Amino acid sequence: MRYVLRRAGFFLVTLWAAVTLNFFLPRMMPGNPAVAMMAKFHGRINGQALTALETLFGVNTKESLLAQYVGYLHDLVTGNWGISLTFFPTPVSEVIRTGIFWTLGLVGVTTILAFILGTWIGAISAWRRGRLIDSIAPPLLVITSAIPYFWVGMMFILIFGLKLQWFPWSGGTNIADTPAWNLSYIGDVLDHAVLPSVALLITTVGGWTLTMRNNMVTTLAEDYVRMARAKGLKSSRIMLDYAARNAILPNLTGFAMSLGFVVGGAILIEYVFNYPGVGYMLLQAVQNEDYPLMQALFLLITVAVLVAILLADIATAIFDPRTRSAR
Amino acid sequence: MKFYKAITRSPKATAGAIIMLAFVILAIAPGLFAHDSPTAEIYVRNLPASGQHPFGTTGLGQDVFAQAVYGTRDVLEIAIGAGLASTLIAALIGVAAAYLGGWVENILNLFTDVVLVIPLFPLLIVIAAYMHNSSTGVMIAVLTFTGWSYTARQLRSQALALKNRDFLAAAKVRGERALYIIIVEILPTMSSLLVAAFLTNGLYDVLFASSLQFIGLGDPNSTSWGTMLYWAENNEALQGGFYLQAIVPGAAIALLGAAFALLNYAFDEIGNPALRRVPVARRRARVFPEGRPPQTPPDERRELPVRRLRRA
Amino acid sequence: MLEVSGLTVEYATAKGPVRAVDDVSFSVDRGEFLAIVGESGCGKSTLLFAIARLLAPPARVAGGTVIFDGRDLVTMTDKQLANIRWQNLSVVMQSAMNALNPVKSIGAQFADALAAHGLRSRKAVRSRSEEVLGLVGIDKVHLKSYPHQLSGGMRQRAMIAMALLFTPDLVIMDEPTSALDVVAQRSLMTQIKELQSRLGFAIIFVTHDMSLVSHFSDRLMVMYAGQIAELGATRKIFDNPLHPYSRGLLEAFPGIRGPKVPLTGIPGSPPDLSIIPNGCRFLPRCPDKIEACETTLPVLAPAAGIQVRCLRVATKVSEP
Repeated sequence: MRYVLRRAGFFLVTLWAAVTLNFFLPRMMPGNPAVAMMAKFHGRINGQALTALETLFGVNTKESLLAQYVGYLHDLVTGNWGISLTFFPTPVSEVIRTGIFWTLGLVGVTTILAFILGTWIGAISAWRRGRLIDSIAPPLLVITSAIPYFWVGMMFILIFGLKLQWFPWSGGTNIADTPAWNLSYIGDVLDHAVLPSVALLITTVGGWTLTMRNNMVTTLAEDYVRMARAKGLKSSRIMLDYAARNAILPNLTGFAMSLGFVVGGAILIEYVFNYPGVGYMLLQAVQNEDYPLMQALFLLITVAVLVAILLADIATAIFDPRTRSAR
Repeated sequence: MKFYKAITRSPKATAGAIIMLAFVILAIAPGLFAHDSPTAEIYVRNLPASGQHPFGTTGLGQDVFAQAVYGTRDVLEIAIGAGLASTLIAALIGVAAAYLGGWVENILNLFTDVVLVIPLFPLLIVIAAYMHNSSTGVMIAVLTFTGWSYTARQLRSQALALKNRDFLAAAKVRGERALYIIIVEILPTMSSLLVAAFLTNGLYDVLFASSLQFIGLGDPNSTSWGTMLYWAENNEALQGGFYLQAIVPGAAIALLGAAFALLNYAFDEIGNPALRRVPVARRRARVFPEGRPPQTPPDERRELPVRRLRRA
Repeated sequence: MLEVSGLTVEYATAKGPVRAVDDVSFSVDRGEFLAIVGESGCGKSTLLFAIARLLAPPARVAGGTVIFDGRDLVTMTDKQLANIRWQNLSVVMQSAMNALNPVKSIGAQFADALAAHGLRSRKAVRSRSEEVLGLVGIDKVHLKSYPHQLSGGMRQRAMIAMALLFTPDLVIMDEPTSALDVVAQRSLMTQIKELQSRLGFAIIFVTHDMSLVSHFSDRLMVMYAGQIAELGATRKIFDNPLHPYSRGLLEAFPGIRGPKVPLTGIPGSPPDLSIIPNGCRFLPRCPDKIEACETTLPVLAPAAGIQVRCLRVATKVSEP
């Protein structure tokens, strides 16, 4: 339990750090982007939004930095995230809500698939070391993981979308469709999800495979694996129960940590495929200098990663009995 | 040099080294290979591949091949610059944390972990957005600032393993100061790990920098590969059928990235000998026909090598 | 019951194959306690794993046979071996912390072994597990414990209990007491000996500590540089060690009683096995060498009721 508490503490500290970073960044940047942006929008948005922006960036206020900070935190917690400039006058919180499900669906499912697939291939590669699969899979995946996400996406669009016309390559669904829980809508969603999902899968699987393979190789040299052989256990049993189960433990935390990278890839994939998720939104916000939306999305993504890490820590506590009785 | 041996012994690493070497040559002397200036918008737009233009032209009338060649320098600058910088910072922080211990270690660890956990790419986007069209120098700074934490963690755990070795205790007893010990004693022992870290950082810096440029946060006037893709996207190259404008820079990025990754293979294996390739053992036991294995003839018996004492 | 002939084990290295076990032959009868003694690196652990067919690349058996209950283990396939493993031949390793799976409870690891040989009924598994734990004096509540929750001595005893799940004919032990303190070592040895007399299994016990096995073993085998240096009844060897290496080993231990004698070690260090000399391998460290030692490799030959690999002894014996 102490382990989980400690990890929860870390979660809070990092959360605080991200929130504070978010607060200070615009104030620290050269050329004071806040002022520049204010000048740009001055004539175009009404007083309420303007005031909100001013509060957000601390421009034209007589308040001390500390007071601004407290106000910022307060706004954050109460869901008052400002008004989006791209989708004016929709509040940021509502804008985010529309996009988040798309991202969770696409990125969430694909990442889990990549993790499972990669770990599986990694485990088998290590088990059958020196044989065919070990000579092919890891080097191949090393190469695929070095390819930039967006390029894979573009190539997919080129080959499977434009040339072969197998799958659509833009948007989450057909623009004409109205959302409904019927088969045709769902089918359409899946149809649009194939290319981005597979592109993301290909580029992320490599990392999992390699780490798992290396972990397994070290684990296979352990005495308890030799002992399992001595007991006459079946090969598959040894590989799963004795080797993989121990090898995967460091991976669990690594899984959560590299979610940060996956998020990066997701942003690019959504951009390339015009997929209406939060990543796409972030880029739109950047291009439109929609700072309120940008900040909120950044925080959201950070929190999501932090939560995932916390979950992974809990999972480690469940699967590794040693952490439970840690000092 | 053991690095040289490690690279030549592994076929993957050798391939990586050759590719890397090719790129370095391109970066040093681009003029030898490309006869056009990358920025000259003097040609007919959107030409396909031909003898005059091996990769065609862009939407602005520039020679794609020239851009790709000249772009190498830009990309390598960023990758090597940011890679070196983040590896250095990571080394200092990670090893200092491991070696100094105590509250210093706790604070450095916490700092490292927090920076590590904050998602890299969104942060990069946010910073780059605030900074508006960053130049190469800024790009390097930003990448370094966000990239050192992962490596710091790795190096820290390795340094922890070394911490209790005798040669460090000997240095301490000799009266050397902590900074000296860190730089002169610990870091050289971890050299293969440092190189591996540099290669990993290089890979990610190439990818991240290109990604940032692709979405328009780089310097749109630069000749980098990511910027090429940005313009290709702007030009709707794919829809228009001008495939090379998109394929070429992407392939270049992938190739350079692969070079980093392949080279890394060799250093991974140095650090963890268990990963080295072993021949699959033959199943059947051999029975010697005469009952005795052959002996070494007297004239081939080697002298026991005398090991030279390490310079104190 | 166990007959090892000409067993040779090689490691593939960058410099070529290195012979860790060179032409070793010996036998073990039912219920016998054979101790194998030698310095680190002499090949004793490799020998054990070779017999149990637990070697992993880059090590492999390069020659010889291991006849166990009439069948040659060296040429058997994994499938054929699976039957023999643990039922007739089990293994106890040096460090229980490393040899037990850290993420499975003790009971689960017992159940694993039982299930692998067809025993799956919950009740039967439980009763047998509790039975073996009782044999070594561990409370059955620990079936639910994880390895890191037990003390070092308990872990080691749990490993021994696991080895006895099927009351095998032969239990191979690789330095099972090395990780324990002296008192625990002694108590463990006594327990092992007692279990042996109760259940009747044979033991091959590898250790670097000769004094540890002096009271417990029936026969003693001294290994050096991958070969057998001396082999015979323990008492005989202790009373009159013939090989200079065995003598050196014995003289390195102080006796509790008797006059104070200056301790002598054996100068030098174990040889590099990748360079095989022509003559005796112990030559650089031997205080008793004769001229022939440099060029002739001595063979294992009988002398005074035991077997010794020493030219001086051999020539003395052949003298009238």
